[in-house]
Amino acid sequence: MILISCPNCGPRDETEFHYGGQAHVAYPDDPSALTDEEWGRYLFYRENPKGLFAERWVHSGGCRKWFNAVRDTATYRIAAVYRIGETRSVPSLASGETRPTRPAASDQSLPGGAK
Amino acid sequence: MADLLPEHPDFLWRNPDPKPSYDAVIVGGGGHGLATAYYLAKNHGMTNIAILERGWLAGGNMARNTTIIRSNYLWDESAAIYEHSLKLWETLPDELEYDFLFSQRGVMNLAHTLQDVRESVRRVGANKLNGVDAEWLDVDQVKELCPILNTSDKIRYPVLGATYQPRAGIAKHDHVAWAFARKADELGVDLIQNCEVTGFVKDGNRVVGVQTNRGTIATEKVALCAAGHSSVLAKMAGFDLPIQSHPLQALVSELHEIVHPTVVMSNHVHVYVSQAHKGELVMGAGIDSYNGYGQRGAFHVIEEQMAAAVELFPIFARAHLLRTWGGIVDVTLDASPIVGLSPVENLYVNCGWGTGGFKGTPGAGWTMAHTIATNEPHRLNAPFSLERFVTGALIDEHGAAAVAH
Repeated sequence: MILISCPNCGPRDETEFHYGGQAHVAYPDDPSALTDEEWGRYLFYRENPKGLFAERWVHSGGCRKWFNAVRDTATYRIAAVYRIGETRSVPSLASGETRPTRPAASDQSLPGGAK
Repeated sequence: MADLLPEHPDFLWRNPDPKPSYDAVIVGGGGHGLATAYYLAKNHGMTNIAILERGWLAGGNMARNTTIIRSNYLWDESAAIYEHSLKLWETLPDELEYDFLFSQRGVMNLAHTLQDVRESVRRVGANKLNGVDAEWLDVDQVKELCPILNTSDKIRYPVLGATYQPRAGIAKHDHVAWAFARKADELGVDLIQNCEVTGFVKDGNRVVGVQTNRGTIATEKVALCAAGHSSVLAKMAGFDLPIQSHPLQALVSELHEIVHPTVVMSNHVHVYVSQAHKGELVMGAGIDSYNGYGQRGAFHVIEEQMAAAVELFPIFARAHLLRTWGGIVDVTLDASPIVGLSPVENLYVNCGWGTGGFKGTPGAGWTMAHTIATNEPHRLNAPFSLERFVTGALIDEHGAAAVAH
């Protein structure tokens, strides 16, 4: 059981949340301009690192708000939690680089990858 | 005390050191890697090959599944590869000269809603057209086949009927691995344990070797059979795979006298149960929702699966848990495997089997061996190419495959 700190409600059990997969996957600016390869990549390819992973969660059993977390997929330890749209430097993501996260179109349109 | 112990049995395979080079190297010594090596040697005469296993043989998902074997998949492509696999299962105990307790006790997939019933009847029809044995059972027939099942209409999701595949069943997973390992070893395959692949040697876009914690090994062909860790390996080789790794848990009870004659799966309340030959009740359910490589999952997933199990099988209420475990399953977006060529020349991938890898072991090995030996897809794995995520020719078994992933 993972204890997840909702940015609005504080630490709650994993059972109150639903998972939304990789964070910061922006909807393409002009989908009709993409090649089949690029569209396929947008639809079906997500990062799958063993280690730190920026991902989305929704606090279904609480404030019902989506937010982002950086979690280690090997230890399940959560390294950071931040609100949708919040710019935040996340140390050493899967790609190995430090990059500022930015609000992406998909963050507003919400559960794109959520089942 | 020591003299009371039986003689140590003969070892089933050698434990060779890696040679400097091989004609082909298979990464991953689980069921799929072992089956691939066996069929490469037997069907294609490639015996100068090695399996590199990071831990010990068959210690990953091959040791962590619920051993269910069936082929009653909805779509033609899936039915074809899984039915080929099932036909191989039927001949393997003789061929490998190893009784791994393959028991064709049938698999029932329960329907609990009107929609379940419609989808199940449709799947039975599709199965029959594909030459897969399948029947639709009404509630009385379900009760007759599995008397311990609660078919009362007083439960939350009453059983309305079930699909039934009589030739489906279970096998003893570790014996399956040992059977393949012994025969592969006899044919000359080097099974190398405690050998972790740490990188790939490439000449342009062609793979020419693997780096391991036991040195660099030159090879002409590399096959990835690493299930949950496939993304990590592909990344090392310079490409991405459209899979997500999730924990999948299962559990067994203490030993009980044999009370459960078949295998029962329920997609709707989500539990699947069989009883092993020794008497443990073997149960599994769905994956944990988040990506994970931890080989463990959350308690609430087990709690939900036990609630479903106890409602369907009231006599299990007093059974004690013996142990639980988790594997790492590699799930694709269409819940079908990827078997075939990769963006890197001479490097082949077999992954994405998700929660269905055990039953697919011989079929995956058979077709993967063909692909490695000929550098072309086999008729049966051609639809399961990586290209389908560009062309859109998906094989969408999510919800269609008789169990959710």
